[in-house]
Amino acid sequence: MSDATTTYDLAPSTGAKFRQRTLPILIFAAILLAIPMVGPSRTMYTLMHQMGINIVFALSYNMILGKGGLLSFGHAVYFGLGGYLCMHALNWIEDGVGLWGSFPVFFLPIVGFVGGAAAAAIIGWPSCRRAGTTFAMISLGIAELVYAGSYMFDSLFGGEQGVSGDRMNGPEMFGLSLGPISDVYWFIAFWTVVGIALMYGFTRTPLGKLSEAQRDNSQRVQFIGYNPQTVRYFVFVFAGGFAGVAGGMAAVNYEIFTPINLSLAPSGFVLIMAYVGGITYFVGPIFGAILLTYMQSMMSDFTEAWLLYLGVLFIAIVMFAPRGIAGIVFGIWHGVTGPNPSAYLAKLMMQLGGILLMLLGLIVLVEVSVRWSNGYGHVYEPFGIHLGHTDVLTWIIVLVASVAGVALTRYANRPEEASQ
Amino acid sequence: MSTPALKLEGLNKSFGPAHIINDVNLTIEQGERHAIIGPNGAGKSTLFNLISGLYTPTSGTVSLNGEVVSGMPAHEINRRGLSRSFQVSNIFTNMTVRENVRCGVLHSMGQGYAFWKNIGSNKPVQQKTAEILEQCGLIDKANVPASLLPYADQRSLEIAITIAGGADVILLDEPTAGMSNTETDRAIALIEKATVGKTLVIVEHDMNVVFGLADRISVLVYGEIIATGKPSEIRGDPRVIEAYLGDEADHLAAEGEPA
Repeated sequence: MSDATTTYDLAPSTGAKFRQRTLPILIFAAILLAIPMVGPSRTMYTLMHQMGINIVFALSYNMILGKGGLLSFGHAVYFGLGGYLCMHALNWIEDGVGLWGSFPVFFLPIVGFVGGAAAAAIIGWPSCRRAGTTFAMISLGIAELVYAGSYMFDSLFGGEQGVSGDRMNGPEMFGLSLGPISDVYWFIAFWTVVGIALMYGFTRTPLGKLSEAQRDNSQRVQFIGYNPQTVRYFVFVFAGGFAGVAGGMAAVNYEIFTPINLSLAPSGFVLIMAYVGGITYFVGPIFGAILLTYMQSMMSDFTEAWLLYLGVLFIAIVMFAPRGIAGIVFGIWHGVTGPNPSAYLAKLMMQLGGILLMLLGLIVLVEVSVRWSNGYGHVYEPFGIHLGHTDVLTWIIVLVASVAGVALTRYANRPEEASQ
Repeated sequence: MSTPALKLEGLNKSFGPAHIINDVNLTIEQGERHAIIGPNGAGKSTLFNLISGLYTPTSGTVSLNGEVVSGMPAHEINRRGLSRSFQVSNIFTNMTVRENVRCGVLHSMGQGYAFWKNIGSNKPVQQKTAEILEQCGLIDKANVPASLLPYADQRSLEIAITIAGGADVILLDEPTAGMSNTETDRAIALIEKATVGKTLVIVEHDMNVVFGLADRISVLVYGEIIATGKPSEIRGDPRVIEAYLGDEADHLAAEGEPA
């Protein structure tokens, strides 16, 4: 420590930072810019809008779960309260209350941020004093409380019908009337990119780093001069704020908010999105939001048992791939670019084969059972193959596929030989 | 005489009916290296927890540089210039070594709970982090995840985080526990170098380390300090020999006498 002040450059180089941090966001933005050129259908637009909202919502949830180590069962409270404030703002804009008449609807997610952050600032004050199980239980209690309360205060929450509004009011921004669905696309795309960029930026700030420190070791944070409760509280307020941004996006997109939007159902769904995507990675919740939104709106067209598949997916991720889809994606990338890609790929293919076989067994079992249970006499006939619950073939497929799938996966995952 | 770095007056701590710390009075001067020794369960770690603010005393006071700090939350005491390490490695496991030390540096570099600054582009913070890493011999492992460090390096990191904030009173709780002889020597060299001009309070089981490093030693038995003095005084104190040191003291006394 005595001699000349050597300068160490331990941090990644500017080029590496650009490649790893800025470039992915720019590519994502470029993709969003290009999508309307292929002329998406109305259904596609609707789906993409829901994805954008869920991406921001899931990322905001991961600010507290993945980066803050706080398990919340009530994150939709901030999404919902931010969204409700935006619905009221939408009506104030329409009625020209005070200065609201000159507030562009395009910037409504800012109002959502304020609403979500304010709600989190009030609710987080007592609940962030404790971490761990206590925090989780309090969040569950508050979610129930707010949901129950939303049916009591009709002028605020509009009862069962909720509060609805009209987004085509106030001054236009960027020449977008927000009437046609393609206008709304730019609104959603803009706020999705802004949300991702801001929440990523947050992880690079002192507060963002302290949040991770507090997650890893709350006690030690005290002995580097910070109050872990204060850290948790500030992070919680920001997470609430960004959930409110998602709420504001949803308010403009759907033009209606009902108490269901702040119930336990979306609180659970955001947990599943973030976890399935991978909470240890920043991009994890983005993957999770895209996949689960797709499943939610598309799989219900194919099968009435889609919630069951969602549950199986969630359990499988928790048990076998706790780093989520992002963990799987990065794992494959490391394996393919690793020292022995061919051996890795062979193993991967075997695992994949095993998983597909298990999935086949599961799907046949579920689809046949659902039809049998409904009792309408429907029969599961994939590719013209008749699979009734009394057919031997059905049960052969279920048994053989499941057993073979498990065996193949176990074989692929067998411990390495001692001689490498 | 200048203000003592640490002053414990009539310090007591009970957990229910169990009196762990009993009327401890101790003055540690600026720049002193003070060792606290005692048998297992004597209350050494409890004493550290009282001084550093993890526990609140049942009665009595702790003063840091003349200011009463007992009753303050731990992070407030830390901000006033007292830092501590832990008996078991207490690091941020999911971060790299560099990020660990950087967290320790943050507050002393004037960073609050800021959410508008980019931590990566803050030059003074980077520079200070690099200096601490260099000093603790961790510079080559800067980008290794802390959880993958070998045990001895985790202990070094523990010390690195402790000294990173630039505190002038350093409390080390068994910094060499579980280390081999060479690792212990290296750790002691690091501690000596890192605490030059600072006040050091150390809990340690290795008697060679204690008698080599400390200016003064306090012996804690059943929550009471039965003796405080220079290493030579402690060696010869019959109460200490009776209460704690036993055979080891005979050995050390025999070693020391012919000189």
